This record gives sequence, C-alpha cells and structure tokens, in this order.
Amino acid sequence: MKTLSISSRILKEIFRDKKTLAMIFIIPIIVMALMSYVFKSYNSTDINIGTVNISQQVESNLTKVKNVNVKEFKNEKSAENALRDNYIDSFIIYKNNDYKMVHANIDASKTSMTTAALSSALTQTSLKNMSTTLAKISPVKQHQPKIHLTNEYKYGSSKTNFFDKMMPTLMAFFVFFFVFLTSGMALLKERTSGTLDRLLATPVKRSEIIFGYSLSYGLMAVFQTIIIVLFTIKVLDIEVVGSIWLILLTTFLLSLVAIAAGLLLSTFVKSEFQLMQFIPLVVIPQIFFSGLIPLNSLDNWAKVLSFIFPIKYASEAISNVMMRGFTFTGIVIELIVIILFIAILTFINIIGLKRYRKV
Amino acid sequence: MTDKIISINNLKKKYGKQVVLNNVSFEVDYGQIVGLIGPSGAGKSTIIKLTLGMEKADSGNSEVFGIHMPNRKILSKMGYMAQSDSLYNSLSARENLLFFAKMRELKKEDLDSEIERVSKVVDLTDQLDKKVDNFSGGMKRRLSLAIALLGNPQLLILDEPTVGIDPVLRKNIWTELGKLRDNGCSILVTTHVMDEAELTDRVALLIDGNIIADDAPNNLKQQYDVDSIENVFMKAEGDM
Repeated sequence: MKTLSISSRILKEIFRDKKTLAMIFIIPIIVMALMSYVFKSYNSTDINIGTVNISQQVESNLTKVKNVNVKEFKNEKSAENALRDNYIDSFIIYKNNDYKMVHANIDASKTSMTTAALSSALTQTSLKNMSTTLAKISPVKQHQPKIHLTNEYKYGSSKTNFFDKMMPTLMAFFVFFFVFLTSGMALLKERTSGTLDRLLATPVKRSEIIFGYSLSYGLMAVFQTIIIVLFTIKVLDIEVVGSIWLILLTTFLLSLVAIAAGLLLSTFVKSEFQLMQFIPLVVIPQIFFSGLIPLNSLDNWAKVLSFIFPIKYASEAISNVMMRGFTFTGIVIELIVIILFIAILTFINIIGLKRYRKV
Repeated sequence: MTDKIISINNLKKKYGKQVVLNNVSFEVDYGQIVGLIGPSGAGKSTIIKLTLGMEKADSGNSEVFGIHMPNRKILSKMGYMAQSDSLYNSLSARENLLFFAKMRELKKEDLDSEIERVSKVVDLTDQLDKKVDNFSGGMKRRLSLAIALLGNPQLLILDEPTVGIDPVLRKNIWTELGKLRDNGCSILVTTHVMDEAELTDRVALLIDGNIIADDAPNNLKQQYDVDSIENVFMKAEGDM
C-alpha cells in the first residue's frame, strides 16, 4: 500500500506544479495543431513549370495536370533567368527532337512532380496521336467505352495527407517525451533535495518507490493521451478506424517505458541540465526510427538498431489500429515487446536504487 | 534486550583511494545521547549512512538493535533527520508528516494523534496546513525534526539537527531530546555547536576517520585539562 501513498503524493506534487501540467497537457496540443496546419497547406503545393519551344499539344496536356502552372518562355536564356529568380521551379525545353528538363531542385519533391507531369503529358499526347492515326487507318466509327476512374479509400479520404501518417508516431512521441522528461526530473529532484535518502531511511521497499512513480506518471500519461486523442479526432478531424481503447492501452504501456527510462537516466546525471543534455541521444533518434521514414530501405545495421527503440513499436501498433483498424490480436506482438522493455528497465531501476540504500 | 543500541566494530570505508573511516569502533547505549563531533569531512555523515544501511562498509560490521546492518525492516524503529531539510516543498507540513508517517508504518488510528504530538514538540501546530514552500529556514528544520520523531522511534539519528534554529527553540529541542532519552530513546547526534556537545551523555570526537576521544563531556574536559568541549576539540585537533 506504500506504492499507493507514494503515487498519490507524486500526483499531488504534479497537480500543484503548473509548469509540469502545462508541459504534459497544453504543449503537445499546441505543437500538433501547428504541425497539422503546416502539413495541410504543404499538401496543396503548386509547381511552376517554364516551357521553351514545346508543341501546343504537349503544353495543353501539361496544363491539365493538377497543381501545375505553365509559363511559356521565348528562349532558354529567359527561362534560366526565371529559374534563378525563383519564378519557376523547373523548365522544359524541346531541342533536336529531345526534351530536356532543368530543375532548381531546391525542393526534391517538386522536381519529381515536374518529371511526373511531363511524362504524363507526353503519354497523353502520344495516345492522342495514336488514336488519330488509328481513325485514319480504319475509318469505321468504333464505339470506344469511356473509362471512369473512381477511388475508394480504405482509410481517410482524398484529403488524407502526410500529417495523418505522422499522427500515430507523433502521439507515441509526445507521450514518450513528456513523461520521460517529467518523471526523470521528479526522481532527480527527489534525490538532490534529500527526500530520497529520507524515504530510504524508512522501511519502504525499493520496488515500492519505483512502482509508485510508474503508477502516478502512468496515470498522467493516460490523461495526456485521452486529451491528445480527443483533440486529433474532434479538432484536427483525423479518422480513427480501430478502437480508441487499444490506442490508450498502447500509449499507457509506452508511457511506462518512458517513465522507467526517465528514472534510469536520472540516476546517471547530477543536475537537471545534464538530463536535458541526454535528450538528443535518447529521444531524437527515436523519432527517425519510429516509422516517419520508411524503414525497409535502411541498411541492415540501421534496421537492427531500430529494434531497440520502443517508440517504433508503439507507433506501429497505434498506426495499425488507427489507420487499418487492427484489433488486439493484430498488435499483440508489439505490445509484448513494449512490456518486455518495461520489465527490463523497471528491474534495472529497482536494482539501481541500491546505490542509495544497500537493502 | 541488549543494552547496546548501536554497536560499530572496526569499520573501514574508502571512497576510491580516500580513506573516510579508518577502523572506527563505537557504541550507543540504551537511553543515551551520544554526540558525534568533528570537522566537516571527518566522516560523520558516513558513520550515519553506514548505521542506516545506506552504505556498506569495506570491512568491520555495524549492528543496530543487535541486527546486522544493512537491514530494511529495522529501519521502522529508527527516526532519521538529514543535514538537508529533505521536505516536499509543494506539500503542506501536514501532508509531509502524513506521508512519512505512512512510510514509517505507523498505525492508521495513530496518524492524527502522532502528527499532533510531534508538531507540538517543534512548535509548528499552527502552521501545519501551510505549504513548506512558504516556510522559513528554521521552520523547515523543525518540520524535518518532527518527521524524525514520528512514531516514537527507539533510536533517533540526527545529522546537524539545530542548524539555523534560533537559540530559544534550540534549547527547547534539547530539553525535548533529554525527555525522550529519559523515556528510553537512544539518540545519535552530529553537531558543530560545541555547547550542544556539553548536553550529551557522551561525546565521540572524530577526526580524519579516527575516533580520537570517546567519553562523557566532563571526563573529556578533565582528561584534556580544559574548561569546555570546544577547547577539547581545539587541543585534540592540534595534537594531530
């Protein structure tokens, strides 16, 4: 029962510390709102393509491509100038029966959009030419069925963008980061203020201290996730296919990893500043290995490395529940791995407190 | 019941290459106030940590209530007050007392009366519901002492208990410690204040990890042929 007394004491402390509360509840929401805004507008980027000496037909096909603005230039020189002055992102020039593209290539995604736009314009042009030729050869009016294209979205809608893909990772990241930081700071403060020594001078078990911390900060993480999930669904209008309870379960387990990692790290540092210095090492790499960037193209050593990052498992599980509607059995392996992380780190922490009391 | 509450035999402790305690032996008997004095860095805090089981000696052994330390369960019979105040600043005094009372395994029905009792001893009854944040240095010190007194422990270990406490209250605290001793509580106290050392039953003088004198204050004064413990201290340190 001392575990409960310890965690209720910690919760009291958290609720009286306005800065920690703001860090857990308000900052993630502000950051996510900003990111969602930025990515939504990024999605509708237009590219400006210059053309020099391009046939009328190709150019009109090019104009029909979505998000493409075409500007005609008289010669290569003036197109070069426009490119340098950032009026256009690329230009296409037709010379000696060849198409040549010149890209600013500052934004690689615009470069590939340009390439795709030109090739689709060229394909359409040659298709058109072919059908005119066909019509000439066999003047019999063929009834050509008109092709209809329809899209069916398993997840989201045509408005789904990169932010939706990032959401699961972001949620995992926020839960991990803020809980990691606040719990680590709390145990550090308890050590430097001497209350840890005083606590250990009572018959409390070392495990009761660690469990007390896990329970209280785990509870905070649950509140945090509820707020984040509600905010993303109601305000940012992001669809959740699977069960919200599974997302909460995953983030709760992840928060226990974060707490254990924070507690562990706090025993290695002397001050709050030193704890901050560890963030680039502990937190930042996890973002990149957590699924934001597709991992299957990585080298083998990097793939192996990615297995030791707990955020990766949580973000995979959340994204499978959120976007593909996986049920418990679908994410059970990820959850087991996360639980293993919790067990190992918590065990190390309980042993680690022996530094401050030998029994 | 053994008469020896704390019994330390040939303790040696090194931190790295630095020898902190060099073959230290001493005892605290039942119903005694023992003062541990010595310059800072002499090893007073290390003796306390070894007694509480927070550190392990390299050789020798320490027993509390006849039980070999470190031992977790025996800690419930001990009250400890550290050099730093060691309080939860965002909690009120009552919440601090209540928390540590639970950690010390006090009975539920005794909680309120115990908090009432110890806060009376340190004269904090009217301030119990204030946040520790708003306490003065002296008040924090008193609250810290009150926490050590919770549950009437049979052994009190006090590390510099009266630093930053004004003379009147200091006198009251020593009167209270005397009362506790008369009721059978044993007290180990470290101090810098030499006239406090006069109030103890026995003084152990610790210099550079060695106990160089251990006797009743009056005997020490006779032995060194001086009129105060302060001068005993000066003379002993000068002899080193």
